[in-house]
Amino acid sequence: MIEYFVPGASTYAGDIDFLFDMITIIVGFWFVMVLAVMTYFMVRFRRKEGVRAAYISGDPHSQKKWTHYPHYSVIALDVVIIVFTVMVWVDVKQTLPQAEDKIRVVGQQWSWFFIHSGPDGKLGTEDDISNVNDLHVKKDTVYHFELESRDVLHNFSVPAFRLRQDTIPGRTITGWFEPNKTGVYDIQCAEICGYGHGIMGATIVVHEDQQSYDAAMESIRNRTYESDYQKRLQKMTVSTASNSESFTDKLLSSF
Amino acid sequence: MGQTTVTHDSHAAHGHDHHEQGFIMKYFFSTDHKIIGLQYMFTGMFMAIVGGYFAYAFRMQLAFPGMEVPLYGTVGPGEYNMLITNHGSIMIFWVAMPVLIAAFGNILIPLMIGCDDMVFPRLNRLSYQIFLLSVVVLFMSFFVQGGGFGGAWTSYPPLSAVAEYNLTDWGASLWLIAVALEFVAFLIGGINFVTTSMNARAPGMRMTDIPMVVWMIVLASIMFMASVGPLIAGSIMLLMDQRIGTTFFVPSGGGDPILWQHLFWFFGHPEVYVVLLPALGIVAEIMTTFARKKLFGYKTILYTTFATGGLAFVVWAHHQFIAGIDPRMANIFLVTTLLISIPIAEILFSYIATLYGGSIEFRTPMLWALGFLITFLLGGVTGIYLGSSALDIYFHDSYFVVAHFHYTFFPIAIIGMFAGLYFWYPKMFGRMMDETLGKIHFWGTIIPFNGIFLPLFLVGMAGQHRRIYNFQHFPDLATADLQGIRVFATVSMVTMLLFQFVFAYNFFVSMFKGEKAPANPWKSNTLEWTVPSPPPHGNFAELPTVYRGPYEYSVPGNKEDYWPQNMPDRN
Repeated sequence: MIEYFVPGASTYAGDIDFLFDMITIIVGFWFVMVLAVMTYFMVRFRRKEGVRAAYISGDPHSQKKWTHYPHYSVIALDVVIIVFTVMVWVDVKQTLPQAEDKIRVVGQQWSWFFIHSGPDGKLGTEDDISNVNDLHVKKDTVYHFELESRDVLHNFSVPAFRLRQDTIPGRTITGWFEPNKTGVYDIQCAEICGYGHGIMGATIVVHEDQQSYDAAMESIRNRTYESDYQKRLQKMTVSTASNSESFTDKLLSSF
Repeated sequence: MGQTTVTHDSHAAHGHDHHEQGFIMKYFFSTDHKIIGLQYMFTGMFMAIVGGYFAYAFRMQLAFPGMEVPLYGTVGPGEYNMLITNHGSIMIFWVAMPVLIAAFGNILIPLMIGCDDMVFPRLNRLSYQIFLLSVVVLFMSFFVQGGGFGGAWTSYPPLSAVAEYNLTDWGASLWLIAVALEFVAFLIGGINFVTTSMNARAPGMRMTDIPMVVWMIVLASIMFMASVGPLIAGSIMLLMDQRIGTTFFVPSGGGDPILWQHLFWFFGHPEVYVVLLPALGIVAEIMTTFARKKLFGYKTILYTTFATGGLAFVVWAHHQFIAGIDPRMANIFLVTTLLISIPIAEILFSYIATLYGGSIEFRTPMLWALGFLITFLLGGVTGIYLGSSALDIYFHDSYFVVAHFHYTFFPIAIIGMFAGLYFWYPKMFGRMMDETLGKIHFWGTIIPFNGIFLPLFLVGMAGQHRRIYNFQHFPDLATADLQGIRVFATVSMVTMLLFQFVFAYNFFVSMFKGEKAPANPWKSNTLEWTVPSPPPHGNFAELPTVYRGPYEYSVPGNKEDYWPQNMPDRN
């Protein structure tokens, strides 16, 4: 269902979306059942002239079982959720598959800075390519990212990948992703970081193949790169309101 | 207002001498639990207006970015952060806690357990005075240079620790001091709730004869006391980082921001149960009264509440799944977090079972109580999504979280508040509220409430992150569909706010023009309904003796369908 809002673009997006769907079925079933029972009771046992309420303590087992048995099935379903969750969590956050490339992501008040590994595939060498606002990656390539912060807590968030990870100043946090869908997606900062938290976005460009990626890297290197981030911001369909439009005009025009 | 009628009435009610006190002595320094309770109540209700006003301002900014908000002004990025920070802080610390625990606790506990006041009345007085000081300090924070603190109610360092980062130097410290003072007020107040309930019960009242709301407030107080210590220590450390250059939480000086998070959430998670329990208690009193039915499984509810209270202390790091803690730890907290859904589910099932076989009258307090159950149920099940660590990777700091916690906090703080107010209004003020206006207020609140927060689950699913003053900066989020949802949520919010005027009118006008309330308008069993409305100073002309539990409704063989706790014979 998340897919309907945000198409997944990484290999583990599907696993996380599956968890959502599974939990929705489980809790949705519970919610509807409990609501149905409650509604039935409210209707069936509404006050009627001359009819007295029953005297039920809920203490003997014959009565208690009505809350105990549903409660045992909640436990069982919780176990199911735990098992599937652990499987996905271990895959995404606890294991690091073999890296095919690396990137460094640096958050600061209030922008994102990226260091691509360059032709040698190693971070921290002469041929690294740094860029602000735009992160370039290749489809079907396993990336390790190294997250850093220059000042306060930030959070590297790529909804299309279903990825969020806090960055902590003074530490490098490692993780991984493998993009599997070409496209251009939002990067967000998902931890409040002060005055400019609301403008701390960036763009991730997933390239279809090595050529496209190399072309982008080359244009960054020779300074002819036009930021995808800036281009996307300029193209937006819903513009910020201008002060000349009255409040009621704006309200009415949104319906 | 109500305060006047509480102390003035029957002086004949008690034998001891009672010299006339001046206005200041009578109200500012009153040690009467009912006056103190009402002071907390009115302060809490005032703060709800402030917190709601802030929410109005920031939601208007989200729906109509960049426009001047009517009755507020423009909301820029710094202002936005200040508004959301203080909205959250105010609603939890200055509305939910004072109204649910301090107001209802103070007003109800001595009356419900059959004694004349709290066991430490002057300590009680001091707690309100410190609480009022915390309100003053919070307001001061809005007027210093840089304005009010904008680092979220969670106040994570290094942002909150370093003025160069947060740009609200004294705002941050005054906010922190205000919160710390509020904690002190509740520690002091809590002593009274626990001690009085355990030691000052009327003769004959066994532990299992105590009304559920009293138990809930006692357990909430104990949980609060057990959890807040580490955060008070952490707050002092943070204050030192802010003001004297220590670096407890600042990495450049060897500190660890994650330490704050643990200290905060070790308190923060039990805190949500601290506010939940009293609301559950209020709902229990109302449901039993209006269904004319014994509470289903009193002991089960009590023991599962103990379990919830205990478990609440071992789930905190689900707020930190992706904070940079060792990922292996997340598995532990995943398990405990999902486990805690179990006792809570049992409590909710027991409440619903109380309706079975009942004779339900849908008066306004009952509507609120039932509304609580349904909305809290949705809040609870959406918590499961977030408790799943792997799914939280996507939902952390998104609007899914915002929607979830409003579906829990709103029932707790607002629905619980209104439920209790409508139910005990006759007792507190000696008048009946208008029933029709009450029903209009109820529907005008609950329907728009869903209109605000149900769509926010959807924007959360779309990846919309929190604490952002203008989503037009994020191309994937700046679509017309998502903006339409934001506008819808805001319009719902304004609608809901407008309906609160119905309540305000009903609340204030009924105090003077409402039908005079008898002692027991709802035919309820607990002891507070055996004294006049409002109760005189000293509460009981004669100390009651208790013969049975609080929920002996519709007992076979009785003529009446209720059986007050202090009545010796059959009813």
